[in-house]
Amino acid sequence: MAEKAQNTAHAGNDVGAILKDCVFASLIALAIFAPIIGLKTESAPGGLILNQRWGAVFIATAIIFFGRLALHILFWSRAGETKKKASAASRLGTKLEPLIPFIGVAMFTAAVILPWLPSTDRYILDLGTLILTYMMLGWGLNIVVGLAGLLDLGYVAFYAVGAYSYALISTSVFPMILPHWMMAWAFWLALPMAGMLAACWGLILGFPVLRLRGDYLAIVTLAFGEIIRVVLTNWISLTNGPNGIPGIPRPSFFGIEFTRGDNGFAHTFGLQYASIQRIIFLYYVILALALFTNFFTMRLRRLPIGRAWEALREDEIACRSLGINTTNTKLTAFAMGAMFGGFAGAFFATRQGFISPESFVFMESALVLAIVVLGGLGSNIGVAISSVVMIGGFELFRNLDFLKQVFGPDFDPSQYRMLIFGMAMVLIMVWRPRGLMTRRNPTIFLKEKKAVSGDLVAQGRG
Amino acid sequence: MEYFLQQLINGVTLGSIYGLIAIGYTMVYGIIGMINFAHGDVFMIGSFVSLIVIVALGITASTSFIVLILALILVLVIAMVFAGIYNWTVERVAYRPLRGSFRLAPLISAIGMSITLEEYTRIAQDARPKPLQPIVNGGFEVAKRVNEAGTFVVSLSYIQIIIVVTTLILMTIFTLLITRTSLGRAQRACEQDTRMAALLGIDVDRTISLTFVMGAAMAAVAGLMFLLYYGVIDFYIGFLAGVKAFTAAVLGGIGSLPGAMLGGLVIGLIEVFWSAYFSVEYKDVAAFSMLALVLIFLPQGLLGKPEIEKV
Repeated sequence: MAEKAQNTAHAGNDVGAILKDCVFASLIALAIFAPIIGLKTESAPGGLILNQRWGAVFIATAIIFFGRLALHILFWSRAGETKKKASAASRLGTKLEPLIPFIGVAMFTAAVILPWLPSTDRYILDLGTLILTYMMLGWGLNIVVGLAGLLDLGYVAFYAVGAYSYALISTSVFPMILPHWMMAWAFWLALPMAGMLAACWGLILGFPVLRLRGDYLAIVTLAFGEIIRVVLTNWISLTNGPNGIPGIPRPSFFGIEFTRGDNGFAHTFGLQYASIQRIIFLYYVILALALFTNFFTMRLRRLPIGRAWEALREDEIACRSLGINTTNTKLTAFAMGAMFGGFAGAFFATRQGFISPESFVFMESALVLAIVVLGGLGSNIGVAISSVVMIGGFELFRNLDFLKQVFGPDFDPSQYRMLIFGMAMVLIMVWRPRGLMTRRNPTIFLKEKKAVSGDLVAQGRG
Repeated sequence: MEYFLQQLINGVTLGSIYGLIAIGYTMVYGIIGMINFAHGDVFMIGSFVSLIVIVALGITASTSFIVLILALILVLVIAMVFAGIYNWTVERVAYRPLRGSFRLAPLISAIGMSITLEEYTRIAQDARPKPLQPIVNGGFEVAKRVNEAGTFVVSLSYIQIIIVVTTLILMTIFTLLITRTSLGRAQRACEQDTRMAALLGIDVDRTISLTFVMGAAMAAVAGLMFLLYYGVIDFYIGFLAGVKAFTAAVLGGIGSLPGAMLGGLVIGLIEVFWSAYFSVEYKDVAAFSMLALVLIFLPQGLLGKPEIEKV
C-alpha cells in the first residue's frame, strides 16, 4: 500500500498521495514505537512496573512523519531524475579521480606532522592512535573482504589472537627465557610472533570453511570469533579469564625504555622527561605499522596472488576454469588479513597494558567491517577516509554536551552512538552500497588505464 | 537414567524455542536467499512486547487458570502482531531497496539493522535484565529416584508442556498455511523461481513481505516462550539465540520447514546435554562448533536439497 502511494506520488506529485503515504508511515512508526518506547519496564519492589512515556513516542512519530515528508519533497519528487543524478555522481567521481593521490599525500603528511602541531595534546594523539589502529584493521580486513570477496564477520578473533599472543609471550614466556636486558625488546621480538600466530589461526580457521559460499562463510567466521572469545573467557589457567592480563610490557624505543631513570629515553637523548614522549612514540609505531599494511597490500595487488584474489572475487568458477588454485588463494587472503589483525592486536595490547576478552566482542568486527564497507570495498584510500570519519564521529558524540542544554541534563549523547552507527550502516548500504570510493583501480589493462565504476565489479560473490 | 530423562525434557523444550526462531531464517533464506541477521533481534523485540503486555495486563501467578490461558493467548497475539510489524518495516527499509544489489549488501545492511534494533531497545528499555515473576508454576513428577545420594525427581513443568504443545499447534497451523492456502502456494512458487512467479502474476514483493511477517510472528511466539521459561530477558538475548537458531536452520537444511524444527530440536538437545555432561561454560562453543561442522560436512543439511552450482 505504501509503495502504491509512493508510486502515485512519483507520478504526479500528488499532494494527497504524499500526505497519505506520510500518514501511513507514521501509523507504522506509532505501532513500532508505542510498546517499546512508550511503556518502559522498571524494576519495583513488587516486580516490574510500567513507566509511560507517550511524549517520546509522539516526538519519534513526528520525526518519522516529517522526515518522510521531507524525503518526498526533496528527493522522491524528482524520481525521474534519479538515474541522471547517479551518473552525475559517478561523473563527479571521475573528476575527483586525479585528486585521489593528493588526498592520500595530504592525509599522510597530516598524520606525520600531527604530533608536532602546537594545538596537539594528549587527547588528540590518543584519538589519532585509535584511528590509526582501526585504519590498520580496516586495511587488513580489506584484503579478505575487499580484494578476495570473502565476508569475514569474525575478524576480531585475529585481533584477539594477536593481543593475547603478545600479552602471554611477553608476560609469561620472555621473563623465563630472555636475559634481563633483552626484556626492553619484548615488543619488537613478540610483534612478529603475534602476527605469525594470528596468520596460523587464519589458516586453521580458513581451511575448513573455504568451500562455503559468501553468507555461510560470514556466519561461520562469526561463530569462530565467538568461540575464540568464549575460550578466552573460560580458559582461566591460561588467560586469567574475564579478569584479563595486566602488566603487559610497554614498547621501548628500540631497547631504550621511556622511564625517568638514567637509561631512559629522555636522559639518553638529553631531553626533559615527559610522559607524552611515549604517547608520541606509540603514535608513530602504529602509523608505521598501518603504512606498512597499506604498502604491503598495494604491492600484493600487483603480484599474481593479488590478481588472483580479485579474479576470485569477480567469478570463482571462471577462476577455477583458468587453473587458479582457489583454495590456496583464499587461504593466503585469510592468513594475510589475519596477520595484520594480529599485528594490530599486539599493538593494542602494548598500548593498553591490559587486555581482557571484553575488548574482543562481535561489535568490534562489525565496526571494522563498517569502516571497510563505508570506505568502499577494496579501496585503501576509502578505508583511510572512512576510519577517520567513523572513529572521529564516534568521538564527536562524547563532545556533544550542548545537546544537554536542549534535551535536559539526563540526555547523554554518547548513549546514541551505536544506534547511529547501526542506522548509518543500513543507510550507506541503501544509498551508496559501493561506499565512499566507488572508483576501482584496474590492476591490469590493455594500452590505456581506464577507471572502472564500482558498479561494474561483482563485489564479494565469494 | 533419570538425569538423562530430565535433560531430554529440557532439551526438547529449548529445541522448540530454537525451532520456532529457525523457521523465520529458513523461510527468508528460501525465498530471497539472504540471511536475515536481524531476525534474532525481532525475537528479542517479541519477547519485550510480551513482557510489556504481561505487565500491563497485570498477569501474575495468582490469576485463575482460565483467565490465565486466555490472557496468555492475548499476549501471544499482540506480540505476534507487533513483531510482524517490526520485521515488515525492517524488510521495507533495509532489504527491499537492495534487491539486485551485490550479494553482500543485504547481509551488511542486516547487520546494521541488528545493531540498530539492539541499541534501540537498550536505549528505550535500558540495559538492565528484566526479571518476570514466574507466572506458570508447578508441574508433574515423571519419575523419581531415591538412593543414598538423595532423591532426584524428574519433573515436567506445566510451562514446558505449554511450550511444546504451543509449538506443535503453531507448526501444524503453519504447515497447513504453507501447503493449503494460495499464499503458501505463492510463497513456494517464489522460492522456486522468483522471476517466473512474477511473470505468472504473483505479487512477489507482497509475498516476500508476508514471509517476513510470518517469520517474525513465529519468532515472537518463541520470544514469549523464552520469557516464560527463563523469566528474565535483556536487549542482547537476540544475538546468541539468533546464531543458534540459524545453526538449527542450516542443520535441518535451509529452506525446509520440517528441517528447521528438527534442527532446532537437535541444537537444543546438544546444548542441554553438553551443559549437563560436559561444561556449562562451553555450551555456546558446542553450538557454534556444530554450525561449522554442519556447514563443512553436510552443507545441504538433514532435510535440505543439495544445491546445484549453475554457471
